[in-house]
Amino acid sequence: MNPVVVVTLEVNGTRQQVEIEPRTLLADVLREKFSAKGTHLGCEHGVCGACTVLLDGEPVRSCLTLAAQAAGHRVETVESLAEPDGSLNELQGAFQKHHGLQCGFCTPGILMSLTALFRTTQHPSEDQIREFIQGHICRCTGYQQMIEAALDVSEHAGSAR
Amino acid sequence: MKPSVFEYHSPETTEEALGLLGELGADAKVLAGGQSLMPLLNLRLTAPGHLIDINRIPELRESARMNGTLRLGATTRHQDLGRRADIADCCPLLREAAVYIGHPQIRTRGTLGGSLAHADPSAELPAVAVALDATVVVRSVRGERRVSAADFFTYHLTTDLDEDELVVAVDFPVAGPRQGSAFGEVAARFGDFAMVGAAAVIRLGEDGKVEDARIVCSSVAGTPKRVPEAEDVLRGQEAAAVLGEVEGAVARTLDPAPQPKVSAGYKRRTAAVLARRAVESACQSALRRMS
Amino acid sequence: MIGEPLVRREDLRLLRGLGQYVDDIDLPGVAHLAVVRSPHPHARILAIRTEEANRMPGVLGVYTAADIEPINGRWPVHLPHKGLRAAVERILPTDKTRYVGEAVAFVVAESRYLAEDACAQVEVEYEPLPGAGTWQIALNLGEAIHEGNPDNVAAHVTQTTGDVEAALRSAPHVLHETYRIRRGGGHSMEGRATAARYDASLDTYVVWDATQTPHGARRFLATCYGIPEERFRVIAPPDVGGGFGPKGQRYPEEMAVPWLSKQLGRPVKFIEDRYEHFLTSCMEHPQEHVVDVAFDDDGVLLGLKDVFVSDMGAYGTSLIVPTIAGCTVPGPYRIPNLHIEFTAVFTNKVPQSAVRGAGRPQGVYVMDRTIDRIADYLGLDPAEVRFRNLIQADQFPYPVGLTFRDGSPLTYDSGDFPELLQKGLDLIDYPAQRKLQAERRAAGAYRGIGISVGLEGVGLGPFEGATVRLETTGRATVVLGAPPQGQGFQTTYAQICAEFLGLDVDQIDVVTGDTSLIPYGTGTFASRVMANAGPALATAASEVKTKLLESAASLLEAAPEDLEVSEGQVRVRGMQQGVSLAEVAQASNVGRPGMSMAKDMVPGLTASAYFNPERAGYSSSVQVCVVEVDPETGEVEIVDWAVGHDCGRIVNPLLVEGQVLGGIAHGLSNALYEEALYADDGTPLTVSYLDYPIPSAREMPWIKLYNQETPSPLNPLGVKGAGEAGTLGVPAVIAAAVEDALRPFGIQIRDCPLSPGFIGDLVDEARTRAAADDDRGPDDQGS
Repeated sequence: MNPVVVVTLEVNGTRQQVEIEPRTLLADVLREKFSAKGTHLGCEHGVCGACTVLLDGEPVRSCLTLAAQAAGHRVETVESLAEPDGSLNELQGAFQKHHGLQCGFCTPGILMSLTALFRTTQHPSEDQIREFIQGHICRCTGYQQMIEAALDVSEHAGSAR
Repeated sequence: MKPSVFEYHSPETTEEALGLLGELGADAKVLAGGQSLMPLLNLRLTAPGHLIDINRIPELRESARMNGTLRLGATTRHQDLGRRADIADCCPLLREAAVYIGHPQIRTRGTLGGSLAHADPSAELPAVAVALDATVVVRSVRGERRVSAADFFTYHLTTDLDEDELVVAVDFPVAGPRQGSAFGEVAARFGDFAMVGAAAVIRLGEDGKVEDARIVCSSVAGTPKRVPEAEDVLRGQEAAAVLGEVEGAVARTLDPAPQPKVSAGYKRRTAAVLARRAVESACQSALRRMS
Repeated sequence: MIGEPLVRREDLRLLRGLGQYVDDIDLPGVAHLAVVRSPHPHARILAIRTEEANRMPGVLGVYTAADIEPINGRWPVHLPHKGLRAAVERILPTDKTRYVGEAVAFVVAESRYLAEDACAQVEVEYEPLPGAGTWQIALNLGEAIHEGNPDNVAAHVTQTTGDVEAALRSAPHVLHETYRIRRGGGHSMEGRATAARYDASLDTYVVWDATQTPHGARRFLATCYGIPEERFRVIAPPDVGGGFGPKGQRYPEEMAVPWLSKQLGRPVKFIEDRYEHFLTSCMEHPQEHVVDVAFDDDGVLLGLKDVFVSDMGAYGTSLIVPTIAGCTVPGPYRIPNLHIEFTAVFTNKVPQSAVRGAGRPQGVYVMDRTIDRIADYLGLDPAEVRFRNLIQADQFPYPVGLTFRDGSPLTYDSGDFPELLQKGLDLIDYPAQRKLQAERRAAGAYRGIGISVGLEGVGLGPFEGATVRLETTGRATVVLGAPPQGQGFQTTYAQICAEFLGLDVDQIDVVTGDTSLIPYGTGTFASRVMANAGPALATAASEVKTKLLESAASLLEAAPEDLEVSEGQVRVRGMQQGVSLAEVAQASNVGRPGMSMAKDMVPGLTASAYFNPERAGYSSSVQVCVVEVDPETGEVEIVDWAVGHDCGRIVNPLLVEGQVLGGIAHGLSNALYEEALYADDGTPLTVSYLDYPIPSAREMPWIKLYNQETPSPLNPLGVKGAGEAGTLGVPAVIAAAVEDALRPFGIQIRDCPLSPGFIGDLVDEARTRAAADDDRGPDDQGS
């Protein structure tokens, strides 16, 4: 029998106990045990960034994190971003407005990284935005429209909606 | 790909971790940040029977300033190297190099100790540790020992660590008032593995001439390569006057092996250029610190 | 509607992480496929032992070629060509493996983790054979990669027009050059993925396939399984994470998964990981072009001969990539004498397929570099030489004299190339850029400017179709056979339908890529869907509108020509009251049970239409790029970049902008970053993103976009294609700009990509040459 561990994870505010093989990646547990399929696996070696989630508010690769390591920490995924009534939050709305996504596969990871950025920096510059998402690969968009989206949020942050 | 089967241990004290290493050593790997180890596990390039996660050990995260030394715990995150004021003040080279380490999402997890123990010749921190003349603090059930950074890296992806040993901290000499440092690298994309890199730590005399220099190149050999011949060129001189000779000495001394897409000649020449630029920049930062 | 920059509706689910990619689809009881893959570039399979693997935890089955014999026949040739000695594949090879990563056996288990564990226990005995990592080695390998083909040549194709030899003999000037161009893999962020469930009650396989060609997949499955197509429902899910070409091909796992699901009585899925994508998803392999060009003192082209080699990889069932490359070479220029000849060669690498651009960037590179050589040789401005040769706006339709990859005569439909080029030069302020270049050079920097003008064949046939239905809810449904992988079909096709049917965009739902919902389809590739499905949809929507008005006229007792569709109603023009769309649909689609319909009522408010273009259309693009090169490190910085694009009439400018920008990023990746490396025997050396860079937002500069719309006469909408446009000229323009930047060193660029290592070595060689020649080298102090 392969070894198993029982861990309690907190994902988007919900706690759940899961029994898993310790080698199970956090990304797989999110997708399979928490039905949080918005987190995608693009490379499983930490480069593409599609799997990026927030761990205690910091962006991490969920493909390079064992689910067992997340016990005792707060995990936030793309499913936590929308408003309670399901409408898009400001960042998501800006992405739609500026066409900052095409196939959408890399998008959740980028949204999570930008969410972390905007929590610490209310008005990031274009350079700061590009540097913060340098750890993401998008094959569809060429990034320009998603940078416009992020700059839109940066410029209007703090003003009335 | 997914990792092979392993048993997972998550000790909460250093002693516990050392005990596990003592017992399981050969068949165990230490999991710190995981940014280097997890890709290897996921690609099944390594398949240890046991993983010892050291992220829950508070002692390994701690740092201390003692007598001209800044001790950083092994699980100090790359991100902290770039953000903390005490590190910026005591060892600015760490902050300079940190921006080149992968990407922000890697730096939230990757650790100082992990990077040194992994000993990738193209990584930034091993070269920086040698350039700063750091000391690696190593512990096992058999006791503690201290290894100079220069002696710690023995071969490509190999260190002086025994199977049952753990890096617990790294001691960095605190930068003096006339010290400057700089780091540069060339990579395919910013943050990727360096094709070639160079670190320079310069101490100036009161007269603005070079009193001491440490020049270390990364990604030109199996381990970080210090270039004493170039350092000798600088000693007692005004750096700006001998930059060309510094570059020449580095180019003459290095003998790198080629990589796919990167010829040996390119590594040699470009390491020399980066060393020259790092020396120039380090001297400028030393002068700024002095004024 | 058409022409409006509407935001996309698909974003509402994608931004919330609610997309439905194949791996997200809920399939209770699903089992996971992993694959035992050959570690050798070329090897005979001697024996396979599966007993150990079968005993591993969670294993449901281990399958070798012998086990899948009923479906393991030879695959049909994808696109037969009289010159092609097609080499055929099976799902699992029975004799030998021909590239590293080729599937040798399948393992199905309760999880991917457990399936991989079991794969490691399958023992395969191989007899390694000599392998070829390049076409040169393959030609001299002395070992046939495919039986009966000892020289490893897959095809030799020549196309000519005029008399190029005469032109070369008599021309005032002739230049000879060789260009080596590499591209790479698709690297959609979602890899390949196929899931299937066998429904015993319907004796039907339901297959969710992240494919660009669901109807093609269905046909292929039917052939492999020897059963009718109707036994398969292939669905490309609403969300596919990028395609770019490789997902239009057929693959072993894709063919096996449905059969395995029937064998096991459970759904089965295969989710390709990135390592597998590197090894086994088709890609574009290197080409080497030997070019002779004839021209006069004014730089006017008199003739061009391009003899090139295309590396095919281990199997070849079409000549799409080299054919397109060759046909793209002449580009936007008047060239009376042409000779395009290629040899396609098998090597021990993953089979070649088109990747966004599909051979066009290579063709554009050849022509742009050739023009630049001419300009250099004659001391003329490269923009000026282009203007002197460009096809003029009044010369359409312009016959090139070759046959395009779609089998029709290569004829350009519309465009205004001089105008497009001038706009680009104006946007970037070319004269000012040349002044600035001189100033930067004087300051010791190495700045260069590159220009590219390229054409791409788009809107290929054979056809594409659309069905429109007005539902009893009053909403409309559009059904397309072609599926999207991020292009925004749910938005753009709603716009087209709205324009022709009269409903609001928000009242229209677009459904795509399901072979059970529309019987015929070709697929999404080669920038072809808008030019085919667009007109088809316009026709179908118009027909439904006619029926709608007739039925509404019956209800309103009016004449159809007096009616209009507005705000969810049909009413007499100028009147307030009318009848709701739902009411008309109810009357037409349902009626009253057993009762005769009213006079003139049309039963069923639905229509299907298929559009088959006469031939391919041509989109055009211009790129002007300014770079600075650090000669000490070989690093390239992009300082300014203008890209102009003409894809005919634009349906949604916001989305077209995204397509062009995405293509530019892909092109830049090919120009400076990606390089798939192989050892001499064909063993791949770059198998992860750790050594295969794709640019991030940090590497991408800000692009200045502009566009032009010359409608296509080939379809009533005037639309062309935009999906690949951005890629076209990037390798060429970057090579030109870098060469121009390094002009003081006398460096010539003939290669792609241009990594820092490559450029650094070129500079070093030039410096060494200069020193050896005892010339005064360039003043190159510091950075």
